[in-house]
Parts: sequence; structure tokens; C-alpha cells
Amino acid sequence: METQKIQAYGDELYAALRECRMVDPLTEREPDISIEDAYAISSHILSRRLADGERLIGKKIGVTSAAVQNMLGVNQPDFGYLTDRMVVEEGGVLNISKLMIQPRAEGEIAFVLKKDLQGPGITATDVLQATDFIVPCFEIVDSRIRDWKIGIEDTVADNASCGYFTLGQMAVDPRSIDLSTCGMVVELNGQVISTGAGAAALGSSPVSCVVWLANTLGRLGTSLKAGEVILSGSLVPLQPIKPGDCMAVSIGGIGRTSVRFD
Amino acid sequence: MSTLDKTTIENLAEHLENAELNAQAVTKITDDYPDMDWEDAYDIQWEIRRRKEARGTRVTGLKMGLTSWAKMKQMGVETPIYAFLADYFSIDEGAEINTSELIHPKVEAEIAVITNRVLKGPGCTIAQVMAAIEAVVPAIEVIDSRYENFRFDLKSVVADNASSSRFITGGRLRRIDQVDLKTLGVVMEKNGEVVELGSGASVLGHPAAAVSMLANMLAERGEEIPAGTFIMTGGVTAAVAIEAGDSISVRYEELGSITINVV
Repeated sequence: METQKIQAYGDELYAALRECRMVDPLTEREPDISIEDAYAISSHILSRRLADGERLIGKKIGVTSAAVQNMLGVNQPDFGYLTDRMVVEEGGVLNISKLMIQPRAEGEIAFVLKKDLQGPGITATDVLQATDFIVPCFEIVDSRIRDWKIGIEDTVADNASCGYFTLGQMAVDPRSIDLSTCGMVVELNGQVISTGAGAAALGSSPVSCVVWLANTLGRLGTSLKAGEVILSGSLVPLQPIKPGDCMAVSIGGIGRTSVRFD
Repeated sequence: MSTLDKTTIENLAEHLENAELNAQAVTKITDDYPDMDWEDAYDIQWEIRRRKEARGTRVTGLKMGLTSWAKMKQMGVETPIYAFLADYFSIDEGAEINTSELIHPKVEAEIAVITNRVLKGPGCTIAQVMAAIEAVVPAIEVIDSRYENFRFDLKSVVADNASSSRFITGGRLRRIDQVDLKTLGVVMEKNGEVVELGSGASVLGHPAAAVSMLANMLAERGEEIPAGTFIMTGGVTAAVAIEAGDSISVRYEELGSITINVV
């Protein structure tokens, strides 16, 4: 796809993000769109956000569960960019009626790095060594694509359907946790709606997702940086939310975080 | 209020126990007794238990089934179901699940507890249960409905001892103050691939709630949970069908793992 088109689609998705409106799937309009095109569009959106004064603070990994991979017909995850404007403080209220289009919440484990990770060739051991701490996390995803009718290229182009996220305040050393078996409980308005465990991430563990990201970025010539926040992917099914809902996620050995929606 | 007379209860118990012992599927009993009620269903189960004990079989534990709120809602009931575990149901880790002894087995990953004092309802609470848990241990349950093609309703299942057939324990033991039963994660692999996962809260929001409900349900029959009872609290994961040649491995947060081969 030529640069002009990439910029045009990026501008369109950026405008949709800012104005909270939906656009038709890119995969319907551009049947030949490639994953590389989609990442280029996402990168253009990021440049627009940075030009607005937003600060890049990390990355998110998506499409990490077997269910979502099967739905999208892919066998690998994707990633998007996190900026400071996406942060909702722990226990805070996210005004979804004003800020979001068709939000869904997912429980995750976030990694905060203390060392750079330069792929390719990054292993799980490297990720554990480079991780300062992990925290429980809610990611509130949203799609600017009409009715979530996404192909993998649509969600990649749309910054991996990123919206907002909230991090718990219990920082835990990953060395003390079995990240593959640690269990997750998600409650919506006081009712348990789903449970999961670390192995929901790529059938392995959230660490494997960070490994994938470091190596994928390495092939693109960039690296993960010390201080970055990495959302490692949902361990439970996505939950549509509406104003008035409150949600809590608890993770074995890691802690709990909650968020309310307005 | 039961609707079936003693002879019918005894006949149905014999019928269902034979189906279990001979590994032969039968049609669901409510086809012939559409009006039977919950008390009838448990009467049949208790009669199967009496038959086994009369032959010298020991009851080595209890189990809870239908412990997911979603499944209970689906089935239109407000309580889970319970059943007993006979001594020969137990398979040691390292031994094998022999499918020739079973009809159409499935496995579920569970969190089990061993109590250290009597738990008696009504009014038994999660707090009392937690205070009475001597140990938390991991378990795999093998369920094997005796009904053809899994065609059954809940009363038929209760009469059939809640499909109980085998169970495996192993891994490592923890005290109740060393684990968080709600967030305790469980990952089931079949032939090396993750097939099911979840955490303890899948069991009625808290696995100890399964035990308090058990005590309260038993109280309705004037029974209690004796001290030292091994109790499987209910499936954390959905049931997974198994066949000869499969290898099932379940990893538990803080409780080690259990691997069992199917022949």
C-alpha cells in the first residue's frame, strides 16, 4: 500500500478515535491490505497522538488467546502502542459514554521493564530478568471498526483495538509467581463472570507474549525500553461494559485492581 | 416428599449400579418415572451407597457437582448436587485410567479438601468450612454418566451418583492459610496442549462454598460431613472427553501437578 493511502487510513482512524465514531472495516475496502500495511497505519496514528502531546509509555499485546486467534484466523498475537492518555488511575472512573464507542474489558497481567529488550533472540529468561515488576491490569479495549467486524489487519491498524487501561498498585516480583498457573477471577458488579489462568496466554504464559513482542519488534528494528509498561494479553473472555458497571480483577499471588464506568 | 416406593427405589438403585459395574449405558430413569422428585433421586443414590457398603466397599469421600452458577441457571436449579466416592474410584497418580471399565469418561480438574472436624448444617458457612480444612489437595475427577449419549436430566444424574466413577489425587498438599482458593489457577493439558483453564472462583464463587452447601444439603437428610472427609469441591474446568492413548496433565497454582494416562 502506498504511503499516501496509509496516511489517509491512519488519519481516518485517528479522527474516528477522537470523535468516537465507527468506520467500515479496512479489510472490506482494501482486500489486499497486508499486516505490514496495518502496522504502518497504526504507526501513523501514533505519530498523530504524539503530535498532540501524548507520550509513549509502553505497548500492548493482543490476540493472545486460542479463542480470539481462531476467530480472526491467525496463529500469532498483535501489538499496539500505549500512551499516557490511556491511563485510568486505580479505582478511578472511566467515562465510557463520552470517551468510547463499543468498549469491552479484559483482565491481564502488566509487565514493567527495568532493562531494554532487544530482539530477535529474546528468551523467557531474558524477559524475566528485564522485568522490574508485574501488576494486575484491566484493559478497556474499543474498536473504531464498525460493530467489531474486525479482521486481523483491521485491529492491527486500529492500534490493536486499544482504549484505556488501569494498573493495580501491588507491584510483584515475577520471580515469586508461577505465571503459567496463576489464576484470574473477574467480577462484574459483584458477580464472578469469568475465571482464567496464565496459560490462556498463547497456551503457555504471559511471559511468552512479551518474548513474542520483543522478537517481533526486533525484526522491525526497534526494542522494548526500560520503564515501558507491557500489557501481556487477556486471560479471560472480553466483557462488553456499560455506564454504571464496576469491575474487579484478582490474580493469584499478584493482587487485585478495579475500575468503574460512567 | 418422595413419590417412589421402597421397592422401586431398590430396583432403580440396582439397575443403575449394574450399569456402572458393567460399564453399560442405560436410558435415563426419568423416562420411566417422570414424576420422581429430588428426594427420590437422592434415595436411589443412598441406596446405591448402601449396596456398596454392604459388600464391604468403603466410602472414601464426597463430591460436589454442578457447581457453576452458569450451569445451575441453565439447568434451572438453585443448588449444586452431591455424591459419594467409593474406595475403588481412587486411582493413584502413575497408574492408568482404564477405559474398558468405563462407558464414555470425561475428566475435570478440581480442588479437593480434607476436613478435620465435623461440619453440620443447616447454617454451615464458608468461614466454618475454612476453619475445618486440614489440607487442600489437587484432584482430577473422571466422570462417566451411565446414561446413553449423555441424555439425562438432573434428577437422573443425582440417582446415578452424579456420574462419579474415578478420581486421582497427587501433586502437593497445602494448608488453607497457604492458598487463596478463589484465585487458585488450574491449567489442564491433554496430550501436551492446554485444553481448559480457570481458577477456583469457577466453583460457586469460592470452593469452600461447595463444602458449606454440602453440609447444608446433607442436613436435610439428618446427615453431616464427618471429620477427616475428603471432598472434591466441583469442576474448575469444563469436562474433557478422554480416550485410550490420551495423557492428561493438570497444573495447579501452589498445588503442583497431576498426570494420568488413559489406556
